Amino acid sequence: MDPDLLGPLCGLGCPALLLFMGLTVGTTVERRHKRRLSLREEELSGMLVTDLRTFPPDTDASANARLVFGEAVIAADYLKTFLARIRKIFGGEMHSYLSLMERARREAILRMLEQAQEFGYDSVCNVRLETSNIGMAQGRRGAAMVEVSAFGTAYRRSGAAL
Amino acid sequence: MIVVNTETIPGMQITQVKGIVQGNTVRTKHLGRDLAAGFKNLMGGELRGYTELLIEARRQALERMLSQAEQLGANAVVNVRFSTSAVTQGAAELYAYGTAVVCQPDAAPV
Repeated sequence: MDPDLLGPLCGLGCPALLLFMGLTVGTTVERRHKRRLSLREEELSGMLVTDLRTFPPDTDASANARLVFGEAVIAADYLKTFLARIRKIFGGEMHSYLSLMERARREAILRMLEQAQEFGYDSVCNVRLETSNIGMAQGRRGAAMVEVSAFGTAYRRSGAAL
Repeated sequence: MIVVNTETIPGMQITQVKGIVQGNTVRTKHLGRDLAAGFKNLMGGELRGYTELLIEARRQALERMLSQAEQLGANAVVNVRFSTSAVTQGAAELYAYGTAVVCQPDAAPV
């Protein structure tokens, strides 16, 4: 092959391939993740989750309350990063990253609830969500990840049958 | 040791406040995890290495906070808060703080 063509071809071919992978693999991963999230949310729908700072009146005082946590770090795929970069030119809402944030938050809350359930609690109050920045997305070209931690106090409701 | 992020503990009465206790940590994963994360950034999906990193960091910060509370002679920590910051790429700083208290079961059952 003409060596003069090789450079531009590689330069164009690699991003195209990565975009294609983002479109196929990334989209599938996201779809499956969202489906799993919905299923797990359905399973845990019996739990009462609030961000109240004090315990609701129906708290069972005989069961010790405890702190529960959930963490999730979700990476963007190449397509999302690409779309976000294009969006940056025109401005406006970055839909590709929006779903990323949503997935990370839901995952973190679900993990927290699952931990609470594991320890035998049926409610969580004073839930707080926090983001962290391991990847330092701003400093790195093209990489984006969302890190969310959720934590709250698990307790038992007095009226609820376990 | 009872640890909650609310100001009160159900069924317990706070009899003595010992003061603020804290614990922090800056942790990182090995190079392989960072490389794997870079690769994952092309495909999307969860970065398990970094999720683990957050869990480990939280556990360590909490442990340090609790050992301080123990030294003060407290049997519970209330109003626990966490704070994270970005020190450098690939590392997580986690800071846990709360108020160490001494509590005892309520005399009259609620």
